Amino acid sequence: MTAAVAVLQEARARSRRRVVLVGSVLAVATLLAFLATVSLGEYPIPPGDLLSSLVGAGPARVEFVVTRLRLPRALAGLAVGASLGLAGALFQRLLRNPLASPDIIGVGAGASAAAVVALTMLGLSGLAVSGAAVLGAAATATLIVVLARRGRGSTGLHGVRFVLIGVGVGSALLAIVSWLMTTASLTTAQQTLLWLTGSLNNVSWASTTPLLVSVAVLVPLALVAAGALPRLELGDEAAAALGLAVERSRLLLLAVAVLLVAAAVAVAGPVSFVALVSGPVAARLAGPGRASLPHAALIGALLVLLADLVARHLLGDVPLPVGVVTGVIGAPYLLLLLARSRAGGTA
Amino acid sequence: MTATPTATSAPEAPATRRGSGVATTLLVAAVLLVAVVASLAIGPRALPPSVVLDALTAFDPTNPDHLVVTEVRLPRTVVGLLAGLALGPAGVLAQGLTRNPIAEPGILGLNTGAALAVVLAIGLLGIRSLTAYVWFGFLGAGLAAVIVAGVAGIGRSGTVSRGATSPATLALAGAALTAGLGSVTTAILLTDPDAFEDYRFWQVGSLAGRDLGIAGQAAPFVLAGLAVALLCGPTLNALALGDDVARSFGRRVERDRAVCGIALVVLAGSATAVAGPIAFVGLTVPHLVRVLTGPDHRRLLPVSALVAPTLLLVADVVGRVVASPREVQVGIVTAVLGAPVFIWFVRRKRFVR
Repeated sequence: MTAAVAVLQEARARSRRRVVLVGSVLAVATLLAFLATVSLGEYPIPPGDLLSSLVGAGPARVEFVVTRLRLPRALAGLAVGASLGLAGALFQRLLRNPLASPDIIGVGAGASAAAVVALTMLGLSGLAVSGAAVLGAAATATLIVVLARRGRGSTGLHGVRFVLIGVGVGSALLAIVSWLMTTASLTTAQQTLLWLTGSLNNVSWASTTPLLVSVAVLVPLALVAAGALPRLELGDEAAAALGLAVERSRLLLLAVAVLLVAAAVAVAGPVSFVALVSGPVAARLAGPGRASLPHAALIGALLVLLADLVARHLLGDVPLPVGVVTGVIGAPYLLLLLARSRAGGTA
Repeated sequence: MTATPTATSAPEAPATRRGSGVATTLLVAAVLLVAVVASLAIGPRALPPSVVLDALTAFDPTNPDHLVVTEVRLPRTVVGLLAGLALGPAGVLAQGLTRNPIAEPGILGLNTGAALAVVLAIGLLGIRSLTAYVWFGFLGAGLAAVIVAGVAGIGRSGTVSRGATSPATLALAGAALTAGLGSVTTAILLTDPDAFEDYRFWQVGSLAGRDLGIAGQAAPFVLAGLAVALLCGPTLNALALGDDVARSFGRRVERDRAVCGIALVVLAGSATAVAGPIAFVGLTVPHLVRVLTGPDHRRLLPVSALVAPTLLLVADVVGRVVASPREVQVGIVTAVLGAPVFIWFVRRKRFVR
């Protein structure tokens, strides 16, 4: 008996050590990518100057480049990646479907459709487009929730029904996006494609500050609300028997995830693939379970920061949008993990 | 005595179901026929069915109405039929093989593979003809399928824990490849305005502007893929119970999955090649048909093959008249009109899944 307990305790301790170890490695890597984003560029900044200008004691020129140009971009990359990574993992866990990332179940499509209408039909730009994207994401999520409702208390927020309705709504919205792309002039269509790819090229403090505030509120809220996930995953009856307000906690998690997506998309556009890839990668690195949610956020942040570094320098002077590179870096990595983890059967 | 009613009704039940199965199939086929006639008759210049019949049986090259039928409407009807015949069963295969209800033919990265190949053909080789896009579309879809199959280990023997495919791996690998190839496509489109100009019209999915030659290129592939797909019913039924149960029935899971996977690639690849990426038909038709036939894949596959072309042709007719004289492409109409219908179906109590 005691031997069995000892074996279990040992296994638990080992998995806890793995979670902490993987988390620390990811955190350090993200920090390094962040510092590289701030210091590398057309005007390279040595680490010493970087640190002194971050605390406000550097040479004036260096301080301008760091605090006015590079810092907002690096912080936006960090926040966008973390939001998308965390939101994607939440969607996948909540809906129990590895494909249920916000870009596939319609929330991202809602943001895109609203932004593309603003760009092509209303001729808006800048922050107005961001506002449209947030409204679009929120309105689409509300529509999906209302349509998936079963009536009389049960919101039907889990499982196949919600996902299918989300995909249906998303497909219609994406078709509208495609149609608007064919009716717009080539120049407008190109701007639209750029926005739809996701880019950090036009980020400034004006857009980064609201994003940072939202993320500072939403990420802790998401991690606390995710405490209900292990019980939700036991099934509705069991979760209710354990004293969980099933529908309310599910709605809360969904709302937080949608708001995270909306905040990120407003600043950078629907950066592809980050939301889909972060959860599965985190689960494969840290082992499945609640502990992997912060890892998903870190992986999202790391992916966006690395992709932005590559995007800025790959073609010399022409900065690519970050959304092009997230897919190119992220996809082979996930494919490699899948090919390797088949042996472990974790998929 | 009390047992008699059960004893007599028990053998009847399957017979009745089989009877209604034939009735359903005939009804669906009749609706498809109506859609074909409508697709030949309706457009900016509406023609009575008798003129359509004349044009097909007693063609008169000097009659402009006959020319409209044979030169414009017949090719796009044939292309719509082919694309639908391919997309319906392809959707059933995609959902059955990945065991994921939101899988569609594009999920294995086939559509993005085809799109990338077409964009490369436009951008690097300067090719600008729909006929050539067919072959590049095929090539791209095939290469994408090989990569996904390699990663997910399709066709490898052994249980999941010993290195064979799990449905979630297959779905994730397809989604990953879709994102990766999509990014490369976007990178080319952002840097090459000419390629983007052509691509933005190809990517919505359309039946217009294709001649019968394109249909002739794709027809053998569609028919071969369809023949194999129709034999996949028992395999998908067994896989739905899980690999281990399927194996205990004596099925050679890996081989069967590989064969059905090849059918999926051929069908989805040909549909994308002739009509561009029309994903939504492959996603929705299996769900709509499941309400008619129940979850048995042996009936789901053939009925889907009849319902999907109906949906495509009706959507194409709607797209021709709704904004006349301009056209709305079939890919857009299927998604915008199809989504509300699809959502209504999913909300119904009887939704089978």
